[in-house]
Amino acid sequence: MSMNRRSVVKAIATGGALIGASVLMPRIAMAAWTTKAFEAEDQATAMNELLGGTPEESAEVTLKAPDIAENGAVVPVTVRSSLADIESMSIFVKDNPTPLVAEFMIPAGTKADVSTRLRMGKTSQVTAVVKAGGKLYSASKEVKVTIGGCGG
Amino acid sequence: MAKGIVKVKAKASGDKTKVKLMAKHIMETGQRKDKKSGELIPAKFLQELKVMHAGKEVFAANMGTAISKNPYFAFTFAGGAKGDELTMTWVENSGATATETAKIK
Repeated sequence: MSMNRRSVVKAIATGGALIGASVLMPRIAMAAWTTKAFEAEDQATAMNELLGGTPEESAEVTLKAPDIAENGAVVPVTVRSSLADIESMSIFVKDNPTPLVAEFMIPAGTKADVSTRLRMGKTSQVTAVVKAGGKLYSASKEVKVTIGGCGG
Repeated sequence: MAKGIVKVKAKASGDKTKVKLMAKHIMETGQRKDKKSGELIPAKFLQELKVMHAGKEVFAANMGTAISKNPYFAFTFAGGAKGDELTMTWVENSGATATETAKIK
């Protein structure tokens, strides 16, 4: 009996999660864009949703970002890696309202060296996560922001 | 629909092509307030960008609102020659989408 009750509770919970997911993802065409990861409000959740795990620090991932960003609205960042079999590279800003900034797909033939510009609300740790051969590697750097780039 | 928002500078050198790309887009985060009405300005940003060369995907990005206004990306891929065409496809969070082309120099 108690087993039965357990499975009923489980079924309800799963059903609820499914409904939640379908509300969050109204467009099926957007499947590649993981809404949950982009809307997650803390870094660990965002990483888990996007990459399904926690990365380990690696010297083979290079994150180039300024020590001090005068303008948080435009922070130039470069992610490089010497790892083999790279699938994707993602950037997270820990103290942003939604930490996941972007995910770059690196198909074979494309160099693992991507530059972009991102927004930072305040001084925060910036983390680059590289997915290579099914494993996750990261590099972090603290960037000080004098003028925030969110809100206003 | 906005047309021709992606500016591309692609240069082939040796067996590689370096691409610098900028999309002209406000990347509204949905957290800014309208100064007059005090209401939040709804989010409007590019979600996906895909670059193809000769039918093969060479770069793709899934973006959040923390990408700066006028998103900029630089990357390098193997292959590509002067005169080749790159195809950029982007998707906005509103569902708007477009495909643009640019030539490698």
